Amino acid sequence: MTDTSMAPPETGIRTFDYGSDEAQARVKRRYKTEARFKLYGLLAVLFAGAFVFVLLADIVRKGMPAFFEHRVVLTLDLDASLIDPTGRREIDVLRNADYNKIVMDAWRANFPEVTQRAERRRLEALVSSGAADDLRAAVIRDPALIGQKVRFPVLLSDDADLHFKGLSTRISAVAGAGALDVKVNGREVELNGSGQPFAAILADVKAGLMQDAERVGAELARLPASQQGGNNAALDARRIELTQKVAELRRRAGDAGSAETIDFSAMPSRIIRAEGAAIRLQEIGPGSAKGFLLVAPQREIARLESWTVATFATPESNRKASDADISWLETLNARGAIEKAFATRFFSSGDSREPELAGIRGALIGSALTLLVTLIVCLPLGVGAAVYLEEFAPKNRFTDILEVNINNLAAVPSIVFGLLGLAMFLNFFGLPRSAPLVGGLVLALLVLPTIIIASRAALKAVPPSIKEAALGVGASHQQAIFHHVLPLAMPGIMTGTIIGMAHALGETAPLLMIGMVAFIVDIPQAITDPGTVLPVQIYLWSDLPEVAFQAKTAGAILVLLGFLFVMNGAAILLRRRFERRW
Amino acid sequence: MSFASPMIQEPASVPEPAVAAKVAARNVNVHYAEKHALKDVSVDIPARAVTSFIGPSGCGKSTFLRCINRMNDTIPICRVTGEITIDGKDIYDSRLDVVLLRARVGMVFQKPNPFPKSIYENVAYGPRLHGMARNKTELDEIVVNSLKRASLFEEVKDRLQESGTGLSGGQQQRLCIARAIAVSPEVILMDEPCSALDPIATAKIEELIDELRSNFTIVIVTHSMQQAARVSQRTAFFHLGSLVEEGSTEQIFTNPKDKRTQDYITGRFG
Repeated sequence: MTDTSMAPPETGIRTFDYGSDEAQARVKRRYKTEARFKLYGLLAVLFAGAFVFVLLADIVRKGMPAFFEHRVVLTLDLDASLIDPTGRREIDVLRNADYNKIVMDAWRANFPEVTQRAERRRLEALVSSGAADDLRAAVIRDPALIGQKVRFPVLLSDDADLHFKGLSTRISAVAGAGALDVKVNGREVELNGSGQPFAAILADVKAGLMQDAERVGAELARLPASQQGGNNAALDARRIELTQKVAELRRRAGDAGSAETIDFSAMPSRIIRAEGAAIRLQEIGPGSAKGFLLVAPQREIARLESWTVATFATPESNRKASDADISWLETLNARGAIEKAFATRFFSSGDSREPELAGIRGALIGSALTLLVTLIVCLPLGVGAAVYLEEFAPKNRFTDILEVNINNLAAVPSIVFGLLGLAMFLNFFGLPRSAPLVGGLVLALLVLPTIIIASRAALKAVPPSIKEAALGVGASHQQAIFHHVLPLAMPGIMTGTIIGMAHALGETAPLLMIGMVAFIVDIPQAITDPGTVLPVQIYLWSDLPEVAFQAKTAGAILVLLGFLFVMNGAAILLRRRFERRW
Repeated sequence: MSFASPMIQEPASVPEPAVAAKVAARNVNVHYAEKHALKDVSVDIPARAVTSFIGPSGCGKSTFLRCINRMNDTIPICRVTGEITIDGKDIYDSRLDVVLLRARVGMVFQKPNPFPKSIYENVAYGPRLHGMARNKTELDEIVVNSLKRASLFEEVKDRLQESGTGLSGGQQQRLCIARAIAVSPEVILMDEPCSALDPIATAKIEELIDELRSNFTIVIVTHSMQQAARVSQRTAFFHLGSLVEEGSTEQIFTNPKDKRTQDYITGRFG
């Protein structure tokens, strides 16, 4: 057959017309399938891209509030007799002084009308319990402040902070119509005006009642129909109750002129604002209304020429910040005492039960210590194992089994490694619970297969000619590998290691098993201190009921994502920078 | 000059060549797992001369070359039997250190394979490894001399610290030769050193081989019969794992004793 002198057989080769219609159609079909495949690919990429975008946008939107906090700037009287009665500026005395009293005195001074015990509690709850600690730190840092009156930003509580982040209720304010006569009796207020000044508000209230009637009606319609011959007393009672409720709401809504009493558990609150005062309406008629003075006016008032009515859309019992809370905060905001600032606290403090005080520093340090342990254990062990298996180990059944098992280890669920860590490191070796040391060891087990596989691939990618060259000038096998092959494989090994570390940084499940899921306020100082890591912190926060922790959760996710991006970016950069083609 | 007998298959009848044999092989067999790659090869390689191995692809000439510095040891499935001596000493003796053997028997490969390091480091690696230089000055001297011997120094003297992989193919191959001679070997094995090079670079290497002949025993595997004719004094023809004929280059190319040699050098197969 290879003999070229032989003539081609007469009938052996068929002629084929590539210009025929059939052939043309085939070409067209080929182009079409190719275009279709490209389109599928593009659609898949766009689809995935859209998901990533939505995810990121959502996390950023939810997480951004965590990076800001609201504070009220108060003038604090740092009375020397309170802080340092001896005048010797001893650190213990300074540390143990009652800073909370200083802060609270200044805070309560804003609203002298608040005297009742329960109301005072509410007012005090708007300031964070951490505010006194801030003041203590400031005084210890600069004892010269003692005896002065200083303007000091006092951290607000999470509920107050959420209000300013727009997460309490929707507030709409409209100007009131007509002048009002005001009769103040203690905190009770009576408002009267000619020409029905409250007609619009009353109509609004009635419209709300009508909506309620419709909602209850819809609920009634959803109730299952009474069964033939069935005897479901509870269901029937409910049906009767709802029917009566609808009728009652319809009657109240239809009777345009009648006065309404606001039910704060189900209806939006309405607050009259004028002259620095805030009056919550309790009973509204077309021409007169009764209310409660939440915030006292700056001067005695008998008649209001201009006023606004603010509607808090969410009924009071459905939100954390009460009408009084919001009125106090808004009053201070109107006075310009509220400031918004970057929350350095988020990065500088450990975990806390108070959302406004909680930060990720403990988790960050914990993650750093854990990863350090992981790296120290993993890198030499992984690279050593890879070099041995790739270059020195005899190729036999045993090493084959070893290889298969290493590859399989990479696919073992991570929680299994956690169980192993619990059984080995905690129970058998008796290492401390919740410690980054144990976390690092467990994560090292998890990452080891990744590093071994990546390192072996990198070693395999070094052309054998380099090793032969070294052997050819009289280098031993080990010298050839350690002088030439390993350095050339290092960028690949580093890339694999960084990706493995990024994997370890994001790992949660195995750490739950070894107790790193505990609530730990102190920032770990050593690898044997109890600590937690960033993803576990996220897991913990996501479980908490306080709304403010939602933002903290998203904020911590952003930080974690940031680190992951940086690590993966470093891996890509390393690969680009040192990638070698032979 | 007398020629080796063409009847290689009968090892007892191999006569002593006229010049002293540097490398002597007796009944060398190589198996790659089940495959019998080299069959009963016996040959003498004279000192300070160029011996070329020719033959069609897969005939075992490279395999035999790699036996001479035990490079085949790195292939786990490869098994070598028989006897190869250098200066009368068996190189497969278990007491012999294979690393030192490879320092004494240098090798230049088919594809130029400089280390991805500087030109200087490429040449200095071997001497440094074996402690051949006591100080930097001595090392510099070895590097410069080796580069000069490899006819590369003039071209690279201003960029010794630049990467060896940045040189042209021919320069890279000469760098590899410089690297090989830097450790003062007695024998240099060259496995198709010009197959990846253009004709001009090839000519330079051939010229270099001719110069190196005065100091080293050189064994070269080549696919080019013209190259064998140009550079070598002795030629051995391999076919299907056997050594068919060995003799002076002149005799092999003008008056081959075996029909297969005749067919091969006249281009009838291969």
